[in-house]
Amino acid sequence: MGYEILEKRALAPGIKLFRIRAPLVARKVRAGHFVVIRLDERGERIPLTPLEADPQAGTVTLVVQEVGKTTKQLGEMEPGGELMNFVGPLGNPFPVKRYGKVIIVGGGVGVVPAYHVAKELKSLNWVGSIIGARTKELLILEEMFRQISDEVHITTDDGSYGRKGFVTEALDELLARDSADLVVAIGPVPMMKAAVEVTKRHGVKTLVDVNPIMVDATGMCGCCRVEVGGETKFACVDGPTFDGWLVNFDLLTRRLNQYRDQERLALARYEEERRTRS
Amino acid sequence: MSPVKQERVLKLCYGRLEEVPKRAWAERIRDFAEVSLGLDERWARKEATRCFVCDHPNCVEGCPAEVKIPQFIEHVRKGEFEEALAVIKETNSLPGVCGRVCPQEEQCERNCKLGRKGQPVSILKLERFVADWCRAHGAAEGPRVEIERNGHKVAVVGSGPAGLTCAADLAKLGYEVTVFEALHELGGVLVYGIPEFRLPNIIVEEEVRDIRRLGVEFLTDVIIGKTLTIQDLRELGYEAVFIGTGAGAPILPDIPGINLNGVYSANEFLTRSNLMRAYRFPEFDTPIYVGKRVAVVGGGNVAMDSARTALRLGAEKVYLVYRRSREEMPARIEEVRHAEEEGIEFVLLTNPTRVLGRERVEGLECIRMRLGEPDSSGRRRPIPIEGSEFTMEVDTVIMAIGQDVNPLLQRATEGLAHDRWDRIQVDATGQTTLEGVFAGGDVISGAATVIKAIGDGKRAARSIHAYLQAKHAPVAAQRAEVRG
Ligand SMILES: Cc1cc2nc3c(=O)[nH]c(=O)nc-3n(C[C@H](O)[C@H](O)[C@H](O)COP(=O)(O)OP(=O)(O)OC[C@H]3O[C@@H](n4cnc5c(N)ncnc54)[C@H](O)[C@@H]3O)c2cc1C
Ligand code: FES
Repeated sequence: MGYEILEKRALAPGIKLFRIRAPLVARKVRAGHFVVIRLDERGERIPLTPLEADPQAGTVTLVVQEVGKTTKQLGEMEPGGELMNFVGPLGNPFPVKRYGKVIIVGGGVGVVPAYHVAKELKSLNWVGSIIGARTKELLILEEMFRQISDEVHITTDDGSYGRKGFVTEALDELLARDSADLVVAIGPVPMMKAAVEVTKRHGVKTLVDVNPIMVDATGMCGCCRVEVGGETKFACVDGPTFDGWLVNFDLLTRRLNQYRDQERLALARYEEERRTRS
Repeated sequence: MSPVKQERVLKLCYGRLEEVPKRAWAERIRDFAEVSLGLDERWARKEATRCFVCDHPNCVEGCPAEVKIPQFIEHVRKGEFEEALAVIKETNSLPGVCGRVCPQEEQCERNCKLGRKGQPVSILKLERFVADWCRAHGAAEGPRVEIERNGHKVAVVGSGPAGLTCAADLAKLGYEVTVFEALHELGGVLVYGIPEFRLPNIIVEEEVRDIRRLGVEFLTDVIIGKTLTIQDLRELGYEAVFIGTGAGAPILPDIPGINLNGVYSANEFLTRSNLMRAYRFPEFDTPIYVGKRVAVVGGGNVAMDSARTALRLGAEKVYLVYRRSREEMPARIEEVRHAEEEGIEFVLLTNPTRVLGRERVEGLECIRMRLGEPDSSGRRRPIPIEGSEFTMEVDTVIMAIGQDVNPLLQRATEGLAHDRWDRIQVDATGQTTLEGVFAGGDVISGAATVIKAIGDGKRAARSIHAYLQAKHAPVAAQRAEVRG
């Protein structure tokens, strides 16, 4: 009883979109929610944040960046193939309400959850989006953001497209020109940390989505703990959305690196296996 | 005196047969294979002859699974092992599990009349023997009986021993039961918590398979309160619900350094190793980290399991840090003994105060304790001895100081009353404050035992049956009237 891949599409080098049949989950997914997948009986459980869900069609769309063994292996799967496990929706939905002027900042594949949040906030708020990537060909979802944002700003680290620099620099400029009621920043930890430094300076409340390592994602193991305002929280059940001003990003980074050596080993082993197979 | 009785009296004088065979410690700490080997056929039959087959067996009263102990032992004595299993399975769907993990010294065997003068009958070992023998001889399912379905649907939330038992008992009564499980494997703590060397997963798998044969349907990857709500279940036509979601939320002490890399909750450590098979990394994807010197904090089964798992994962030295003395340890006696044999060092009357280190654990600061007056649990309260702090050089810390109830379902279910520790409130029948919704196992009591969960599952099955019969009685009576 697996979860079938219905569609697979490359969005950028190493970034792929998968539409997966998971009818029960599709009925409940809101912005902020994530799911946990497991590929096969030897697989690990990894959390992923859906781009969107279609309750009628019973499908959930994921965007996956190939970074480790599991995401590489998923990247090689084709439509018709099945994921062994697909659980969700997990975590708390994003607090969707009327804030006023909201700036959404998405970096790397963080643009995926950022898009889901922007889409739900749109009907109640003015939404400005800042999305960025290292270089032009890694920038994804631009068109989709244009459709749901009142304003879109694009940055690339190398200046190959849009404004040269980081999303946080664009954020700083925007806030300097005109303040906002809320900033939502989702992306790699250094980006969220930098975004929070900017918004603290400008005094704008900021929500971030944290992405620690997880196992069960139901509050059972405590692997996903983060410090928020000096208190220990379980990201999977207390989050994943937290007040960015209060998150201990250094701890988050340390805990994310906990299994770096093992992850490298697993990936090397997988790639070796693949080479000998072909 | 009949020859049989004579033999039994004689046996009484010999007391207990020699210790049950187990693997030598030096060999067993190198792998995850089972430690205790169980009785062989001759031995089991010999042990069975010691049972007096009392007319009013006290042992049965000590068994929440209501196993007809003297009857099954009588079958063992006669060598009728399949019949023995049938007797056990009438009331207990998890004999291979119970036969390995029950705290028998506090249950059936405590009540055995032989125990007053000498050693009680090894009821637990006999139960395990019966289950294992039948498994080995392909007879575990027992005779297949066609159960007539009554068309009423019941949902069971959680596949731990409470949920499995409730599901099996209801299926035997003809209900169409679906078990919803959040994780990808069935068995609850039996598969994610209790390690392979104490309870092999295959045992759980096969006992679950037999429950499936009774007609129970299992759906994994469904979190009630998230994927579906209790309300959704009602709309899907489930007329009653049993909640057996356990006590899976780890308690971590609020001490400095608790979030350093290398500090695990026992739940995470054991889940990685057992459920995710991290002990076979990189063959399996999930990694686990065990340093050279490990401190496990706690004195229960969970602490023993964590310590012994750390040892098998390659730790050179494992300490077990417990704030009371040996006598107060809540772990099963057998497991404490096994842990000691394997070289786990007990650091008693000691409590951690701080985890030291920059990124990773570099040490554990502890304080010595003394025992004061008994507290509400009846055990003497540990009191810190001021100025007695000292540092243990360890690089991994595993916290096994208890589990809370997971509040996920409670938060998502309006009208479901619970106490301030999120334990679901039930009445004497096991019914919650929501009509038709029952609960049992660790979720109503906090972390307890497998056998208690089984007892709760049985009570709920009975109550659900009574509830649905009462609900449908007027309808049935009316129909009869119309027809008549
Ligand atoms: C390491 C360890 C060792 C132990 N050793 C022993 C021992 O030797 N002897 C003994 O008697 N007891 C032992 N215990 C205690 C015993 O395991 C528990 O008391 C018993 O398993 C409780 O059973 P349960 O059915 O209430 O819950 P659990 O076994 O905890 O099962 C609950 C199940 O519900 C699922 N669940 C939770 N929430 C949801 C939801 N919202 N939707 C769907 N599913 C959900 C969980 O994933 C889990 O599978 C031990 C416990 C641990 C952790
Ligand atoms: S991932 Fe296990 S508690 Fe959050």
